[in-house]
Amino acid sequence: MSLRTFGNRVGRIEDPALLTGKGRFIDDIKWPELAHAAFVRSPFGHAAITAIDTSAALEVPGVFAVYTAADFAPLLKIDRLIVGLPSPAYRQDVNRPVLAKDEVVHVGEPVAIVIAKNRYIAEDAAALVNVDYEILPAIGDARAALEKASPTVHRGAPHNLLAEFDVAYGDVARAFAGAPHVFRETLWQHRGGGHSLECRGAVARYDANEERLTLFSSTQTPHTAMRLLCDMLGWDEHRVRVITPDVGGGFGPKLIFYPEDVAVPLAAILLQRPVKWVEDRREHFVATTQERDQFWDVEIAVDSEARILGVRGTLIHEHGAYTARGVNLPYESAQTVTLAYEVPAYHLGVKLALTNKVPVTPVRGAGQPQGAFAMERLLDRVARELRIDRAEVRRRNLVAAEKMPYAKPLKSRGGMQVVLDSGNYPEMQRMVLDAVGWDDFRARQLAARASGRYIGLGLANFVKGTGRGPFEPVTVRLGPSGKIHIMTGAAAMGQSTKTMLAQIVADQFGGAMDNIVVTAGDTAVIPMGMGGFNSRQAVMAGSSAHLAAVKLREKTIAIGAKLLNVSIDELDIDAGFVHVRARPKIAASLGDIARSVAGIPGLALPGGIAPGLETSEAFVRDEMAFANGAGAAEVEVDTETGEVVIRKFVIAHDCGRVINPMIVDGQIIGAAAHGIGNALFEWMGFDADCQPITATLADYILITSTETPHIEVLHMESPSPLNPLGVKGVGECGVMPSAPAIMSAIEDALSPFGVKITRTPIMPSEILAAIHAARREKLRADPL
Amino acid sequence: MSETRKIAVTINGKRYEEEVEVRWTLADFMRQQLGLTGTHLGCEHGVCGACTILFDGYSARSCLMLAVQADGHEILTVEGIAPSEEQMHPLQEAFRDNHGLQCGFCTPGMLTTLLEFLRDNPDPTEQEVRIAISGNLCRCTGYQGIVAAALDAAQRLKAAKEAS
Repeated sequence: MSLRTFGNRVGRIEDPALLTGKGRFIDDIKWPELAHAAFVRSPFGHAAITAIDTSAALEVPGVFAVYTAADFAPLLKIDRLIVGLPSPAYRQDVNRPVLAKDEVVHVGEPVAIVIAKNRYIAEDAAALVNVDYEILPAIGDARAALEKASPTVHRGAPHNLLAEFDVAYGDVARAFAGAPHVFRETLWQHRGGGHSLECRGAVARYDANEERLTLFSSTQTPHTAMRLLCDMLGWDEHRVRVITPDVGGGFGPKLIFYPEDVAVPLAAILLQRPVKWVEDRREHFVATTQERDQFWDVEIAVDSEARILGVRGTLIHEHGAYTARGVNLPYESAQTVTLAYEVPAYHLGVKLALTNKVPVTPVRGAGQPQGAFAMERLLDRVARELRIDRAEVRRRNLVAAEKMPYAKPLKSRGGMQVVLDSGNYPEMQRMVLDAVGWDDFRARQLAARASGRYIGLGLANFVKGTGRGPFEPVTVRLGPSGKIHIMTGAAAMGQSTKTMLAQIVADQFGGAMDNIVVTAGDTAVIPMGMGGFNSRQAVMAGSSAHLAAVKLREKTIAIGAKLLNVSIDELDIDAGFVHVRARPKIAASLGDIARSVAGIPGLALPGGIAPGLETSEAFVRDEMAFANGAGAAEVEVDTETGEVVIRKFVIAHDCGRVINPMIVDGQIIGAAAHGIGNALFEWMGFDADCQPITATLADYILITSTETPHIEVLHMESPSPLNPLGVKGVGECGVMPSAPAIMSAIEDALSPFGVKITRTPIMPSEILAAIHAARREKLRADPL
Repeated sequence: MSETRKIAVTINGKRYEEEVEVRWTLADFMRQQLGLTGTHLGCEHGVCGACTILFDGYSARSCLMLAVQADGHEILTVEGIAPSEEQMHPLQEAFRDNHGLQCGFCTPGMLTTLLEFLRDNPDPTEQEVRIAISGNLCRCTGYQGIVAAALDAAQRLKAAKEAS
């Protein structure tokens, strides 16, 4: 009997190499004669370049070349990275150059590339490239950037408004006009960088014999990189191959196509020698895209029973200096706000502001955590003002299970109707409340307070769009070796993509994981691919893999039936053989079956069978699969130091059918920890001149093992009707409830002081300031 | 450009005699000159811990040491942890079975750090494990799988010791 791999805790095929030091990451790629690159980067937030002198750098022994924009210009048919996702919302185009020519608009923007025998020498020489700058006003605050009198981020630009749009439905003015209660919150939300442990990198080689460029890049989107390189160079597709080796974490920023992804290949072409550049952490802080500031001004209208009548407001989103992805991030924020709840009317006016900082693009969650945060803060406010339990306020407004599928009067960024496809949101909340001990918490809280300890409990719900379409192709091939090869445009960056695909395919071939070889992230093995982002690969590539594997199994059995002279109904596949179910010794190996249709000159193929054993599928689905969940945190706040300790953290999650519970738990826990870091530790700071002030991992704090609580994960499985596997994405979901649940818990812990939190992250110093401010307020109101 | 020195160092039981540039870090020397790319560089300023090796049996950041400092010393890297090509060390097996890794980039430093820790503290509590790896950053796992792996490895190592 075949083993079922789908749904089981199957060991990862990625692990043995990674555990023994045999992984092959971008910095492990190596060729003979490999030269090493270092970039000269802007030290200013905004400046004009008046001259570049490379002569001193070129004199350093071991330096092969120094290239500036002028050197690259003859090779480029298109000299900007035109990567913005299409939208009618743009008010101006600000596309990145490969190297800055006459103006730099953020610290870290590449100006020149130095190629040398090794990185040490390249960095020595980079320091000797003399760039004359004329400093221009830099603008760092997104709100100030939108004021009429503001200096512009780009010289000569009309203003700093990158884009504007509304996400809206229903008659919001009417909903507010007649509302018994309206509450308003002004929120600052900040998320920092992706900070995969591995930084970015590019290694390029131009082969003059093949007239072909090969780029190894730590990208989450190799096919996009290939297409953009072809566009920019004006080359045909067959001349560029992009390979993603093992990737040491993605988390969003690696889905972006970067100037370095062009500069390194151009250097390799000009120099006729392979070139490697691997980003160091300092560069990661100034040259890799980040998320940063969102300024929300939102209000909620409710009736006397706390039922939501409407939500409206504005969002100013910091975009950074260039468009490196598009308007998607704040769009997702705006779309997410009302998802989990019944909200009859909604209007959010969104403006994207340019600033003189490295571009903003999605980090794990892609704006959706901020949308959930805004809504959850509003609901906590409603609960406080109306003196109703926070969980009860939510329960009254969550979309009911019997209403699924529930069409939201919202359009996705691509213009598709938003339909919540499945799930039981109120039950999910109940599961979390039970696990965290919501109902008997008050007694514990009062007992703790009596001994001078401030503990609090917080809750947050979320719904997260996953499985972004339209498709992700997968080819499955049975080779003469008897091995099954999976080739996909999906990209693995640590989230077990290869194991996931192998499990789905193995299910059709007797469950043997060790008989499967997965190639992900190589444009030479499959013509199309979209890559890894938006919790999409299990949904899109997984579905394609399933459809392809089912077809390949059918053909494999059909050939087996011909070879063994039995009917197809009698056959099964197990342990590398197609065999007769009742008499397992009558069998043909998978290798022999593959050979039988590989063709022998002059001999006929087994009757009626088409050549080869390969199927390709690209499952198409435009609608997103909406995963959901709830999270609860119990915190203790030290009112002397402002430190927050998370004593308990529970997250319940519904990603439809679970392919591998071990991997799903790992994704949820890892993402929840990321969210906790966003709530309490991570802050990407800049001074007034747009100089980054948190540009080491000693200043920019990533959460460590001692601050991360044990995270309890609960599951519900509501299969999505939108794909043949019934799955929804999971990779980003754990981030969603962390910040709102923690802020709710901190407020609850500090309720004796009346502390209100309208920001994320919050650091100990700000918690102390909030306590002191609340004390002062109290004293003013009630001096004795 | 740069001055060099001759050093002799034993890494994973193998002796290397090499001419090294005096300013090269130990990590760059091992990765680029010796091809031992299992040791990873995540920050090159001593915070992330991915480059942790065992230097004469003690954990050390190979990004913060110079190659010349390794002259006459013994080093263990991730490549030298498994007893053979076919068999992994119990700690590595525990990482595999407890999903103690996702992207695998921090893993070499986690393994070396925990090897030293479990040698000195064969029967640790969860909190002791958390403190032991608090100098190693992981962005994927939320540390939970790593902590579980370390506790599991302690049991496996204890069982192996009792059996022998």
